[in-house]
Amino acid sequence: MKNQNFMSKAVAAMMAAAMGASLVACAAPAASAPAASSEPAVEAQAEESGSSEAAGGVIKIGGSGPLTGGAAVYGNAVKAAAELAVAEINAKGGQQYELHFEDDAHDPEKAVSAYGALKDWGMQVSLATVTSAPGAAVAPMYQEDHIFAITPSGSSLAVIYQDPDNATGAYGNVFQMCFTDPNQGVASADYLAAHTDLGSKVAVIYKNDDNYSSGIFTKFKAEAEEKGLEIVYEGTFDDSNASDFSVQLTKAQSEGADIVYLPIYYDPASLILTQASQMGYAPTFFGVDGMDGILTLEGFDTSLAEGVYLLTPFSADATDDLTVNFVKNYQDKVGGEIPNQFAADAYDCVYAIAQAVDAAGVTADMSASEICDAITAQFTSMTFNGLTGENVTWAETGEVSKSPKAVVIKDGAYVGVED
Amino acid sequence: MTKDKKGLSALFSAKYRGRTASYTLVILAYIILEVMRASGNLSSLFTSLLVPVTCYIVAAIGLNLNVGISGELNLGQAGFMSIGAFTGICVSGRLAASVPAVPRLILAMIAGALLASLFGFIIGVPVLKLQGDYLAIVTLAFGQIIKSLITNMYLGFDENGFQFSFVENTCKLVPGGKMLLNGPMGATGTQRIATFTVGVILVLVALVIVYNLMYSKSGRAIMAARDNRIAAELIGINISATKMLAFVVSAGLAGAAGAMYGLNYSTLVPNKYDFNTSILILVYVVLGGLGNMTGTIISTVVLVLLPELLRSLQDYRMLIYAIVLIVIMLLTNNEWVRTRIKLLQKSLSGGRKASAGKEDGKEAA
Repeated sequence: MKNQNFMSKAVAAMMAAAMGASLVACAAPAASAPAASSEPAVEAQAEESGSSEAAGGVIKIGGSGPLTGGAAVYGNAVKAAAELAVAEINAKGGQQYELHFEDDAHDPEKAVSAYGALKDWGMQVSLATVTSAPGAAVAPMYQEDHIFAITPSGSSLAVIYQDPDNATGAYGNVFQMCFTDPNQGVASADYLAAHTDLGSKVAVIYKNDDNYSSGIFTKFKAEAEEKGLEIVYEGTFDDSNASDFSVQLTKAQSEGADIVYLPIYYDPASLILTQASQMGYAPTFFGVDGMDGILTLEGFDTSLAEGVYLLTPFSADATDDLTVNFVKNYQDKVGGEIPNQFAADAYDCVYAIAQAVDAAGVTADMSASEICDAITAQFTSMTFNGLTGENVTWAETGEVSKSPKAVVIKDGAYVGVED
Repeated sequence: MTKDKKGLSALFSAKYRGRTASYTLVILAYIILEVMRASGNLSSLFTSLLVPVTCYIVAAIGLNLNVGISGELNLGQAGFMSIGAFTGICVSGRLAASVPAVPRLILAMIAGALLASLFGFIIGVPVLKLQGDYLAIVTLAFGQIIKSLITNMYLGFDENGFQFSFVENTCKLVPGGKMLLNGPMGATGTQRIATFTVGVILVLVALVIVYNLMYSKSGRAIMAARDNRIAAELIGINISATKMLAFVVSAGLAGAAGAMYGLNYSTLVPNKYDFNTSILILVYVVLGGLGNMTGTIISTVVLVLLPELLRSLQDYRMLIYAIVLIVIMLLTNNEWVRTRIKLLQKSLSGGRKASAGKEDGKEAA
C-alpha cells in the first residue's frame, strides 16, 4: 500500500462500508433463504444446473413486479394471487411448486437484475413481469436462456415481439395472460361504433407518459377513424398533473362530447368522475380493464361510477364458484382487499402453467430449457378455463385469445351488457 | 509496459498517485470480474449489473468534474444522460443494418456525447455568466423539460427515410419500418450491443479526460475560479469560459454514459431519467467525495450494487439501504472517525509529509 496520503477519509469510509455491505450480502442468503435452496447462489449460474438438487420435486416459478414504488399495488396483487394459486395447487397434492417473487420497482433496469437474481435462484418457469416496460426489457433474456414465461399483465406488444412496431419476431416462449393494449383499443372502438345509442361524439382523456394508456389510445383512434367514430377532443395528462382534470373536462363538455373514453387506471379515473359530477357534466364514461378496481377504491363515492361502462376480463362480483372462491381466499390472505384483474390474471397464470405441466408430464428434475419446450407446445395447443375467461387459447406468438366483456356499473356492481 | 524506473516511480509520486489509484482500481476490477465470468463464478445477478455500473460511474465522474472541481451544482445530469441515451439508440437503430456492433456502439456514444455537450453549451451560455446557484435551478428545470420533450417525441425510420412528429404520433411507416422513439414508450426492441469491456474502456477514457483536464492549465483555472472568483478574475481568468469547459465535458460524459446505458437494454422509457436519477448520481458524487474520482467510482459501485445484493433480505432491503446511506453520511462527517483515519494514514505513510491531498482538488466535505 503506497497511496494512503491522498485517499480521502471518504474513500476509506466507503471501503469499510463496501466490505461491511458485502459481508451482509454474503451472509444473508444462508440465514434467510427459504428451505428449498441450500446451495450458494453462484452455483446456479447456468440454467441447466438450476434444477439439479433434489428438493422433493418442486418446480420453481419465478416472477418480478413492482413491490415498492408507485405501481406497487399491482405487483403486490399479483404476488399475493400467485402465492394463493401455488398454495392451492400444492395442497391438492400432485406436482409441487415453489414461488419466488422479486421486486423490480417498475424499472427495466431493476427488472433485468431481478431476472438475474431469479436465475441464480434456479427459476424453471416464470411469470415474467407485472408491468410492460420491465417485461419488454427481460423478454429477450427469457428467449436467450430459453425459459418459459407468461406475464399476467404486461400488455404491451413489446413484451412478446422483438419488433413491436410490425408485430413480428415473436419471442415464442413469452406468453401473455392479459389482452394486448391494441386489442383493447380496437375492441373499445368497435363496441362504441356498434352502440351508437350511447352517443356519437367521443372525447378521450388519456395519460400520455404511460405505455398502457397511450398504447390503447393509439389503436382506439386508428380503429375509430376506420369505423367512422367522431373524436371531438383528445385530452392528456401525465404523472405531474394527475390531480386536476377540470381543464380537460371543460374542454370535452364545450366540444359537446357525449362519450368520454378513459383508457386509464382507476385512480385518475375516480378523480375525473368526481370532478365531472361537481361541474354537472354527465356524459357516458367508458373505461378499459384498468378501470376495474374503481368500486373498491377507498374514499370514493361509488354512486359516481353509476352507468360507467368498462371492458374487463374479470369482475370480482361474478357469482360463479371459481370467482367466489378466489375472492374469498384472496381476501382472507391479504386482509379484506378485493382482488383486481391483475390478481385474477396472475392466479390464472399459475393455474395455466400447472395445467400445461400436468398435460406435458413435466417433472421437477427437467432443465428450464426442456420444460420450456414442453410447456410451449402445450400452451399453443391447449384450452384453458379460468377466472378471466372461458376457452382461452394462445397463438404461437404468445398472444392470448379471449374476449373482453363489456360491463356497466349498476347499483354499485358490474352488470354484463348484451352484445 | 516499457517504462523505465524513473517513469514507473513517477506513477507513485504525489502528483500522479490519485490517477494511478483510479486506473489501477478500474483495471484490477475488470481483470478480476472477467476471470470470474470466464470461469463461471459470477452470478447472473452480478453479470447483469456490470454494464449499468460502468454507465453510472462515467456519469458520476462527469458530474464530479462539474460539482467537485468546478464547484457548480448540477441537478440535471439525468437529462444529459437521457439525451445521450436516446440519441445513441436512434443512431444505433439507424445503422443497425450496415455497421457491426462495436463500432456502432462507439459511434452511438460519440453522437450521444456530442449532442449532450451541445445542449450543455446552450444552457451554459447564459447561466454560467451568473454568479450563484443559478446553474442548479436551470439544470433542474432542464432535466424535467428533456423528460417531457422525449415523452412527446415520435421518430420513425423506414425505407423512405425518417418521419418525425410531436405530441401526436402521425408517423405512418411502411411494413419493416421501425419506431426509434415512440413517445412515452420510449425506445423498444433496441439491439443490446453494450458490453462490459467497452464500458470499462469508457470509464478509463472518462478518467483520462477528467484527470488531464484537472491537471492542465485550464483545470487550474477552473479550480481557481471555484476557490476564489474575485482573485481568479483579477489574474485574468475568464470565469464563465472555464466553468463552461467543465460543464460541457461533464454533459458530454453523461451523454456517452447514457448511450451506453440505453444500448444495454432492449427497452428504455423517458421516465427513467427523472429528477430522482439526477439526485442519485449526485449522491454517488457527494458520498464519494467532491473532486475525488477514485471515491466516486467506489461509492457508485457500492450504491448501485447494494440494493441488488440485499435482495435476499426481501422486504427489509430498502430499509437497510437507507440505513447504510445514513451511516455512511454520518461516518464520513464524524470528527472521531476522521481523526482515526488521519492517524491511521499517518502511521501507515511513516511520517511522510501529507501534502499530496491537495493535488486531488477539494476533499470530501
